[in-house]
Amino acid sequence: MHLIRLSLFTLILFAWTHVSASEMSAANEPIIGEEEAVLTIAPNVPPPITRDHATKVIVNLETRELRGRLTDGVEYTFWTFGGVVPGKFIRIREGDLVEFHLHNHPSSRMPHNIDLHAVTGPGGGAESSFTAPGHSSTFSFKALNPGLYVYHCATAPVGMHIANGMYGLILVEPKGGYPPVDREYYVMQSEFYTKGSHGETGYQPFSMEKAIAEQADYVVFNGSVGALVGDNAMTAKTGETVRLYVGNGGPNLVSSFHVIGEVFDKVYIEGGDLVNRNVQSTLVPAGGSTIVDMEMQVPGRNILVDHSIFRAFNKGALGMIEVSTDEQAVSTELSTMVYSGKTSDDIYRPEGGAILDLQEEPTSRVAATQSDQIQFGKQVYNQVCAACHQPDGSGVANVFPPLAESDWLERGPVSAAAAILHGLAGKITVNGVDYNSVMPAMASLSDEDVANVVTYIYNTWGNPGGRIDASEVAGIRGE
Amino acid sequence: MPAKLQVSGANNSIKFFAAISLLWAAACTTSAEQLPHGMVEIPKGVFTPLYTSSSAERTAEVDETELVERFFIDERAVTNADYLEFVGRYPKWQRSRIPGLFADDSYLTDWRGDLDFGDTAKSAFPVVNVSWFAAVAYCRAQGKQLPTVAQWERAAAASETLENARDDANFSARILDWYTSPADRPLTEQAMGEGYRNLYGAWNMHGLIWEWTRDFNTAMVTGESRGDAGLQRQLFCGSGSIGAADPRDYASFMRFAFRSSLAGDYTVGSLGFRCSFEPAN
Repeated sequence: MHLIRLSLFTLILFAWTHVSASEMSAANEPIIGEEEAVLTIAPNVPPPITRDHATKVIVNLETRELRGRLTDGVEYTFWTFGGVVPGKFIRIREGDLVEFHLHNHPSSRMPHNIDLHAVTGPGGGAESSFTAPGHSSTFSFKALNPGLYVYHCATAPVGMHIANGMYGLILVEPKGGYPPVDREYYVMQSEFYTKGSHGETGYQPFSMEKAIAEQADYVVFNGSVGALVGDNAMTAKTGETVRLYVGNGGPNLVSSFHVIGEVFDKVYIEGGDLVNRNVQSTLVPAGGSTIVDMEMQVPGRNILVDHSIFRAFNKGALGMIEVSTDEQAVSTELSTMVYSGKTSDDIYRPEGGAILDLQEEPTSRVAATQSDQIQFGKQVYNQVCAACHQPDGSGVANVFPPLAESDWLERGPVSAAAAILHGLAGKITVNGVDYNSVMPAMASLSDEDVANVVTYIYNTWGNPGGRIDASEVAGIRGE
Repeated sequence: MPAKLQVSGANNSIKFFAAISLLWAAACTTSAEQLPHGMVEIPKGVFTPLYTSSSAERTAEVDETELVERFFIDERAVTNADYLEFVGRYPKWQRSRIPGLFADDSYLTDWRGDLDFGDTAKSAFPVVNVSWFAAVAYCRAQGKQLPTVAQWERAAAASETLENARDDANFSARILDWYTSPADRPLTEQAMGEGYRNLYGAWNMHGLIWEWTRDFNTAMVTGESRGDAGLQRQLFCGSGSIGAADPRDYASFMRFAFRSSLAGDYTVGSLGFRCSFEPAN
């Protein structure tokens, strides 16, 4: 009995220690040395961590309120980490001890603080970093979990502080780092809510009503419309592998992140451990992240979008990676095999159909004899009439009247030609069956073709025979 | 005291105390009837504080309003000129002499010297970069006090025409416009005597500076603002957005958040003060 209890206890203890083994080991890893964190401005990231041990990292980050451009002609008051939106990128290693200094610039109107999603502790640091303008706060935390994490201000009203631009990313590299790539970039999506509508010029204040209703006026990458467009586009060489560290500051919307013209070879789902492959669009939660790797095999311009597509084309959620052919890493031959570009340009003409536009090509041939008329008319019939009246003239019951042995045709070829030229609508009775449909006017057929096809109809399928020629058709057309 | 009071014993002690009481009462009555110079009267009235009891306790019978007794408040914030006079009379509050306990290193950082606030144009601007301790000392020296949060908020609720302009979207928009503009623009943009005068006659309760209050730290919005929703009780450990009487009044939130970020020795470049006076009766 005691043995069972003892084993059970040991088992539970064993399981408990191993369930949190990785966190325990990160928490217990010795700290060697000290360094000042290198912080970068989007879309650049600090270089990968090369050290193989945990260290004490000193981070100095300043909160600052300033006016800036949201889009051409539109000014906004941004609240920022480091004077930029998104806030500066912080890059550390799993197990590091971070000594975080938050400074609130004296010109700030508001107190600010910081919640880093990488922090295990109250408020993610928010409780310990609440800072009045012209003051500083310091706190420390150990990075227990690897991954890509959002940080943001959490001062009341929290939504407003975030909506004004107070978010950024902190990357906690796993021990050993991520597989190396040729280029790394920092992209952060977010929304802005303004009193005026999208593009309304002048200074635009924040709109709490729209933020609560989640009706964004602007959805952007890296803090303003066009931040990653044109001269500001990210760049790569053909054949290089590019990694994007992608965050979503929200405050409200989830992103369907997609790069037009590329497939994500790898997606570190939600910035965590799990890796997916061959993904077209990946979700980035508000207050979340993702990491995507792509090999740029083909030169050209790749457009980053939120595939909730009106956000891309009407609200600004559009960025670019320019993949150049200068000094490319793969041969032109290889990249052309992957994507050839347009190889030909032709006219397209659909076959069949009730209306045949014969303007371009002179297919109406002039028949010399009645048998020629019948022959040419058969071709016209098969191209134009057979679709409804069927190749054997039997029609479709109750829909399209038959032409074979049709008593309606007893009216004569003139009536038939008139029906073809002017159309026929309303109730008719053919071979004792009522039809109440519409035959469209085939006015685009030439006089020759109408004459030929009528002659063919009257001389086929047991019909009584007869003919009509083009000049008579011309007269009927005029009526 | 007349000699005969001392000689007469118990009877005369009573007379003595009666005389003193009368004198004291007379003094009080006199000062209560005079309008203190440069102050405006805020009549007795009610207002709904931002933080009330939790919604679970809120019922129709419970009156959430707070009664603020009649008091006087300075019609304008204390200016550089006013403060210069104060530190002239009380040298221990001068920048080079003030103990670190009473003000941080940024105390009067925008002044050129102990007794020099710089450009003469600044004489009419509100004094800033002063700590709570310094503000309290100043007000005491005038025979006044810092207004309580309740008094300040009651006086500040008024627009030019309304006693309580909290539901006036226009007024709220003006306040928020100021809160969301960076404080790096110098105060030259809105000198004293410009701006707006509210219904009671007080100038620029909003739009110029944040202002110290006597009990600024009784409404605790903690640094972890998300957790405030779970906390209880009127002013202590303010109950976040769920406990707020009007969650739409986020201008009030911002004021409470700002107050909560302060400590008594803090000085801030956009924070000044004005004084209040509570009449004896």
